[in-house]
Amino acid sequence: MGSKTALYQSHVDMNAKIVDFGGWDMPIHYGSQIEEHNVVRQDAGMFDVSHMTVVDVTGADSQAYLQFLLANDVARLTEKGKALYSGMLNEAGQVLDDLIVYNMEGWYRVVVNCATREKDLAWMNLQAKAFDVVLTEQASLAMVAVQGPKAIEKALAVMTEEQQSITKQLKVFQGLEVGEFFIGRTGYTGEDGLEIMIPETQVAEFWAKLSEAGVSPCGLGARDTLRLEAGMNLYGSDMDESVSPLVSNMGWTVAWKPEDRNFIGRSALEAEKASGPATKLVGLVLEGKGVLRGHQKVIVDGIGEGETTSGTFSPTLGHAIALARVPAGTGDTAAVEVRKKVLNVRVVRPPFVRNGKKVFE
Amino acid sequence: MSQIPADLKYVDTHEWLRIDADGTVTIGITDHAQSLLGDVVYVEHPEVDTEIETGEEAGVVESVKAASDIYMPIAGTILEVNELLEDAPETVNSDPYHDGWFFKIKPSNPEELEQLLDADAYREKCEAED
Repeated sequence: MGSKTALYQSHVDMNAKIVDFGGWDMPIHYGSQIEEHNVVRQDAGMFDVSHMTVVDVTGADSQAYLQFLLANDVARLTEKGKALYSGMLNEAGQVLDDLIVYNMEGWYRVVVNCATREKDLAWMNLQAKAFDVVLTEQASLAMVAVQGPKAIEKALAVMTEEQQSITKQLKVFQGLEVGEFFIGRTGYTGEDGLEIMIPETQVAEFWAKLSEAGVSPCGLGARDTLRLEAGMNLYGSDMDESVSPLVSNMGWTVAWKPEDRNFIGRSALEAEKASGPATKLVGLVLEGKGVLRGHQKVIVDGIGEGETTSGTFSPTLGHAIALARVPAGTGDTAAVEVRKKVLNVRVVRPPFVRNGKKVFE
Repeated sequence: MSQIPADLKYVDTHEWLRIDADGTVTIGITDHAQSLLGDVVYVEHPEVDTEIETGEEAGVVESVKAASDIYMPIAGTILEVNELLEDAPETVNSDPYHDGWFFKIKPSNPEELEQLLDADAYREKCEAED
C-alpha cells in the first residue's frame, strides 16, 4: 500500500481505478480515460494533484537563492503572484527537476514533482546553506487542478465571495493566497483552469462541491494524454539528469540575461550552446494506423537515429503523437520502429493541441 | 464484476473462443481483459491464411495506456479478421463478446479444444488474480 492523499476515499467512492504512482495510490481513471480527456478539452475536469510537493522559500536572501538555484530568473516576476516555469539544474547543466515558482512578494512558493521529492529537497537544502533562507515544505496542503474551457466558471460557483473576487482577477500564470487557500491560474493540460491548494481537512468537501457543480473527476491517465497533446514535458520521461534544457525543448526557460547572473549549470549550458546542441526534442505525428510509445527507435534518413521519450494515441486528434529526442539536423520527416514495422511520421514543433484545437501545420 | 458468458471457452491469457457448428472458432478478448486495458484505440490483426501455433503472437491490441499482444489460444489458420475494429476499435470495450471479436480460425488440432477453460474455471482464475 502506498501513500494516500486526503482525497483517496473520494476517489474510491467515485469508482476510481487506483494504481501506484511514485509510491502514491492514485486514480488512473474513473471509467474511461478518453471521456475524461475529452471533458477537459470541451468542458471542465478535476484532478487530484495533492502528491505534488509544495515548498515555501522565505528569508532575506529568497530572491538571490532562487536566482542561483534556477535556470530561469525569478527577478522577471515583478507582479505579486506571477509564476514562472524553470528547470533546476546540476553543475553539468542537466535537469534535476522542472518546477513552477510563484513570487509572493518577500517570499516564494515552489511546486516540484512528487517522484523527485527527496532528491529535490536534499539539493535545495544543500544549496540553501550559503544563503539566508528557510525552506518549508507544506505537506498538509492538498491540491486540486480544475481544467477546461468551463473550469473557472464552474469553480467560481463553489467559492466564497472572497475566493471568487481573487480568482476573477488572476492573470494566466498567476497565483494568490485567499485565506487558507492558494489559487493559481496554471495547469498541465493546455487548457485554461486553476490549480487550487487547500488544507487537507477541507479538500474532500471542496472536491464534492466541484463534482456537484458539474466538474468531472479525471485520473492521471487523462492527465498524461492531455499534457502530451499540450507538448508539455514529463520529468523522468522527456528529460532527466542525463540531458540539458537545451535539448529538452526548454531553451526558452533559460534566462541568459543578465549575463552576470550566475546560476547552477550556467557555464555548462554556455559551452553546450556555443558548440551547438547535438540533439533536440521534437514532436512526432503518426497520421496512419498505430500507436507511438516511449522508447521506440526513431530513424532519420541520412542523419542518424533518435528515440521517442513519450508517446500516446491523441484523443483530440484521433491519431498517435510523440515527443522524441532526435539529431539536431532532423528535418520535417522521420520514421519510427513500432514493433516489427517502420512507420513514417512527420516532425513538428510541439504543442500539438492548445485550447481544444490542433496547433501544428 | 466482469461478464463471462457460459457458452464460451477461455484461456489463461484472457482470450475467449466460440466454437461454431461448422468447426470454425471465433476468438476475441474477454470483458475482464478489455476492462484492464482501458479504452482500446488500435487493433493490429494477423494476416488471413497464415497458420499460427498455440501461444504465438496473433496481433496486438493497443489502448491509450499500453500495447498488449494477442496470443493464439489454439493452433490454427486465420480465416477472417474483424475489419470493423480498424475504424471502431472501441467496439472491443463496448461489446467484447460479439461485435468486438478479433478473428476466426480453422483449428489445426481440434483436440486442443478439449483443454480450454469453461466459464467457471476462467472466473476462478480472474478472481485469483484480483
